[in-house]
Amino acid sequence: MSTIGIINYEIGNLRSVEKAFQASGTKTRWVRSPQDMTDLSGLVLPGVGAFGDCIKGLRAIGMWDAVKEWVAADKPFFGICVGYQMLFESSEETPGIEGLGIFKGRVVKFTDPKLKVPQIGWNTVAVKQKSPFLNEISDGTFFYFVHSYYPQGVDHSIAALETEYGVTFTAAVTKGNLVATQFHPEKSQKAGLQLVKNFVNLTQKS
Amino acid sequence: MLAKRVIPCLDVHAGQVTRGLQFGRAEASGLRNVGDPVELALRYNEQGADEMVFFDITASAEGRKSMVDVIERAADQCFMPLTVGGGLRTVDDIRTMLRAGADKVSLNSSALATPDLIRAGAEAFGSQCIVVSIDAKRTAPNHWTVFTHGGRKATDWEARDWAQKAVELGAGEIVLNSIDSDGMKGGYDNDINRAISELVSVPLVASGGAGKLEHFAEAVEIGHADAVLAASVFHFGTFTISQVKDYLSERGICVRR
Repeated sequence: MSTIGIINYEIGNLRSVEKAFQASGTKTRWVRSPQDMTDLSGLVLPGVGAFGDCIKGLRAIGMWDAVKEWVAADKPFFGICVGYQMLFESSEETPGIEGLGIFKGRVVKFTDPKLKVPQIGWNTVAVKQKSPFLNEISDGTFFYFVHSYYPQGVDHSIAALETEYGVTFTAAVTKGNLVATQFHPEKSQKAGLQLVKNFVNLTQKS
Repeated sequence: MLAKRVIPCLDVHAGQVTRGLQFGRAEASGLRNVGDPVELALRYNEQGADEMVFFDITASAEGRKSMVDVIERAADQCFMPLTVGGGLRTVDDIRTMLRAGADKVSLNSSALATPDLIRAGAEAFGSQCIVVSIDAKRTAPNHWTVFTHGGRKATDWEARDWAQKAVELGAGEIVLNSIDSDGMKGGYDNDINRAISELVSVPLVASGGAGKLEHFAEAVEIGHADAVLAASVFHFGTFTISQVKDYLSERGICVRR
């Protein structure tokens, strides 16, 4: 059985991420340094809390370059929440701190004064792409979001799911063997587990 | 569209879910055991609960350690948001719960005793996981006093002032629990819910008083709540979560189906 690595830089609730992947029929391993990456079939980058803290955390465990190289080689990768936001160039949340810059775009805050921020709860997606990552996911599927920021200026060619919250924003991107979501699949019950399973299936094929 | 959330709350005493009338005290005999928290959590998970709150009702009063084990077991089987409250006093307490599988922690008495805990928690883990839970009682017309210790001790805080202060310090969500309405099945206190919902920029969860299906809709329509929380109506099977969601949906309120 293949093993999926989950990058662990001591942030928030990672236990649920681990359990969601295990429930989808794969072994998992904590990745606390690049040495933990041998023989992985996929890599997961979770992220909770502030953008700057996550960037610092990722650098502190020496995974900054490792993530960039992994993605550049188009190996299976799953980014979640701030692990999604970090793929872009920068964030309004922590000005002056560079993101991974894998995709064009800047992470900005919801500004509509009528909105409750953070957006906390279940919101629907609109499907913008055909992708094996999105198997069984359709327009109107609910996922669980907890965030105050979203990426702006995302290239249409990678935008996979869109969500409305005052503005229409990109809730997930896919490119090659990469998928990344603003919402938490590990907290999105059946729909979330389906997305995780789609990813796991793909790693087992490749 | 962002759905209004329906949240069952599990009051846990010595590893069992219990429920009493009007802030029933764990040491008093007015509590009824209604089951194993993880079994109940799984049942609610199946019924489509949008998230779940586990509240240690003994921890604050008796300094009892919270229920890491319950959270771990629940988190391993329910892939949905979990909040833990009761007796969390330090950043380390919060970290322990997040590591066990909780997504949010709910601070109440400890935040009133040490408001800086809200700031420290939000800085360490993000505002999104710091919920401030407020036990409020109407003590004069248009005035709600914040209470601690299971509704036994009055504070100097007015509920709206405390809610606003908590959000300034970094709270990402407010739960307003009405002491007057709790366990009475006469409806949520929509006056205070609405006042706080309109005052603060973060989501408001209405708590205390659900007895009829209409009450859930009123909490959203009149109280402007972003989520509705209830305990006994779900525990005793008065309604299932799906019945509440069907009802809200018929009333034109967006819920996750």
